[in-house]
Amino acid sequence: MREMKNIHTAQVLRERAVQFLIYVAVLLISAVFIWILADLARGGIAHLSWEFLTESPRDAGRAGGIASILVSTLLILLVALLTAVPVAWTSAILLVEFVPADSPFGKTVRFSLHVLAGVPSIVFGLFGNAFFCIYLGLGFSILSGGLTLACMLLPILTSTAEAGLRAVPHAYRMSASALGMTHTAALVHLILPAAAPVLAAGLLLGIGRALAETAALLFTSGYVERMPDSLLDSGRALALHIFDLSMNVPGGDMPAYASALVLAGLLLCINITAMKFAHGLQRRKIMT
Amino acid sequence: MLTDKLLMGILRAGALMAALVMLLILIFLMHESWPALSTLSIGRFMTDASWHPLEGAYNLMPMLSGTLLASAGALLLAVPLGLASAIFIVFYAPPYPAAIYKRLIELLSGIPSVVFGFWGLTTLVPLINQWHPPGASLLAGIGVLALMILPTVTLTAYTALAAVPDELLRNAAALGLSRWGMVQGVAMPAARTGIAAGIILAAARALGETMAVLMVAGNVVQYPETLFDPVRTLAANIALETAYAMGDHRAVLFVSGLLLMLLVMALSGVAGLLEKRRHA
Amino acid sequence: MSLINNRLVVKTGMSKNFRYVLIHLFFLAIVVACVAQAQAQMPTKTASQRLVLTGSSTIAPLAGEIARRFESLHPGVRIDVQTGGSSRGIHDVRKGIAAIGMVSRALKPDEADLQAFTIAQDGISIIVHAGNPVITLSRKQIADIYTGRITHWNAAGGTDARITVVNKAEGRSTLELFLDYLQLKNSEIKPHVIIGDNAQGIKTVIGNPHAIGYVSIGAAEYEARRGAPVRLLSLGGVEASVENVRQGIFPLSRPLNLVTSSEPQGLVRRFIEFARSPQVHDLVRAQYFVPVNAD
Repeated sequence: MREMKNIHTAQVLRERAVQFLIYVAVLLISAVFIWILADLARGGIAHLSWEFLTESPRDAGRAGGIASILVSTLLILLVALLTAVPVAWTSAILLVEFVPADSPFGKTVRFSLHVLAGVPSIVFGLFGNAFFCIYLGLGFSILSGGLTLACMLLPILTSTAEAGLRAVPHAYRMSASALGMTHTAALVHLILPAAAPVLAAGLLLGIGRALAETAALLFTSGYVERMPDSLLDSGRALALHIFDLSMNVPGGDMPAYASALVLAGLLLCINITAMKFAHGLQRRKIMT
Repeated sequence: MLTDKLLMGILRAGALMAALVMLLILIFLMHESWPALSTLSIGRFMTDASWHPLEGAYNLMPMLSGTLLASAGALLLAVPLGLASAIFIVFYAPPYPAAIYKRLIELLSGIPSVVFGFWGLTTLVPLINQWHPPGASLLAGIGVLALMILPTVTLTAYTALAAVPDELLRNAAALGLSRWGMVQGVAMPAARTGIAAGIILAAARALGETMAVLMVAGNVVQYPETLFDPVRTLAANIALETAYAMGDHRAVLFVSGLLLMLLVMALSGVAGLLEKRRHA
Repeated sequence: MSLINNRLVVKTGMSKNFRYVLIHLFFLAIVVACVAQAQAQMPTKTASQRLVLTGSSTIAPLAGEIARRFESLHPGVRIDVQTGGSSRGIHDVRKGIAAIGMVSRALKPDEADLQAFTIAQDGISIIVHAGNPVITLSRKQIADIYTGRITHWNAAGGTDARITVVNKAEGRSTLELFLDYLQLKNSEIKPHVIIGDNAQGIKTVIGNPHAIGYVSIGAAEYEARRGAPVRLLSLGGVEASVENVRQGIFPLSRPLNLVTSSEPQGLVRRFIEFARSPQVHDLVRAQYFVPVNAD
């Protein structure tokens, strides 16, 4: 009896200790991150204004705004996602639903994606420059930048989508085939909606990575800060702008902080919409 | 049945494209580093006196050790903290704080590495400098890297843990397991694959991270003796010198890119092996 | 059950391999067609007077401003300024990828196939933290500090603190000029921190009271004037300032060049002439460089 009690108190103690450690870790992380965000806000908020968002940069970015850079950034992101998402998600679906996990084909694709995830972004930049800009003749352009970024996003999007699809309970698939649904129907109506939140989370991770990228874009989408007319124009991405202002332009710190703040805000908006959308999709598809 | 076949075709095309991109990059790296690989013997990358490419010395080993140490340190910090964060969101936090904390982490996953580097350079490095000069050091590199990969670890672990079927958890609760017992005994094993994938993704990111490390780690090519010694990583080396390199120097930088890729291949191979052993 | 189903699908898929190959080819064909389409549009675009500049990150902000003014004076002309380092400028001009390269140093003997046009002068200044009592250093002292023979500031007239030596990364023209001035090889230098760009150097020195580094004079003067705690050390008795670079008496200075692969013609020639004309002197000064007088 006493022994039982001892085990019980030991368990409670352990439970308390673990809870304590987890809360300490979370507080620590929050503190450091809020510190960084506060630093950003303090440095940038004074420089932020409506004009900053609607004007083009002047005097190497020290004056004026970031309108043209925002447009370029969004275009690059759009190109990257439109190319990478279909390829990544189809690969993930194939790997999970149609190919046994230990088949040579599955292994090869998975392995190459892991390796791709570890290529430093600057190597992607040099590759994009050699392949898209020069070999395919796209020149320094938003298209080259977006395609380069798409290569970079492939592993992130695929491996998160794969994890999401694998987590869909097996019962779903069994019930679907018991009901005589085709594989495609089961996928579209059941499995994909069930995995939607995870797909969305992966998408967000990818978008975050894409918006934050500098090195890969320096050699591909380029440095031109003019408002782009077409996808074949060169356009400077926001993260590259921040890098240039903080590392290359004396007196560029204030607009750099402000741009970083805008970037964070942009990301927050994208996150909230994507999450809302994913949850909506999940509910509607599975309920009806 | 026709739609199924069509779907298969589309899916295979997608996967093929993914593998093709990897092949293209590998070919590109090989092509660019060929001038160095064919004229210099591999041994020189390990036995040359130092890294002074303009004076014909191409030792990559100090930078390899710098890369490994910085990434390992960052993982050592970020993995426990990231897992704790994910467990906090899924199992411990009340709904509202959990949502806020998750949003905070999502936000951080998109902060450009430049901004982390910038913050490290103006805040973290002077702080370490007061403690033990010169401040720009392995420690600063580890700190900034850990901050950068923490969101990746947290978010992937979160999605994996959140996807654990409710029945499993309810069964565990019905068996009278404590909360931690449930997390440790049921949820973590069930989410193992997802968590491992996240950690590999984070490790790869740490190995390949350029800008932030470049700004805080001091970039001196040497074997660090303490945490306070400056180091240079392979990726930082590529970023620092590629823009100014010509001829052999440029080719050797591509060799270091290749080396980095091999490193990740090894990592991925080890992870696959571990997974296999678990299953067996 | 569904696993078996999966396998079955795979098997039937394998037996119809040929069809999948066709589908793959179709998919690739679409991609190639898109690219070709894009490529076909390119020449018409370039024909409408487009000029590409690549090279030195030091010159890029200035070139961008000059390009903007040039565009406003010549409607229909587009000038794209790209960056990526002096070597990239030389490489791209030789390969014909860019019409003009930006190179932040004098051309080397093995680059005699190119033509250089100086658009501005820039100097390099030794900087220390403003709290450091040291005002000036001799060339010998600087060399001793950078080679590790002097390790503490008290040997150079300062406090008893360990010196943090900040050096530039291999290949930078600032480094080459600095080594040339000190008659040293890079392997002899014992650095504690290695940096890339100027602003990083200044931020490093601001964050470390015992650091010594060297950066572009314009950038350092600008930061010091704005109240950042850095001091520019005079060199060989000459005060480090943009003014002294202009007068040509400061010992460490370098030209900022536009380079072309052959005698410039047409638009290229007009742009280079414009970039060297007094019409852009205010832009050059605004970026803290020293304007040159063409001839």
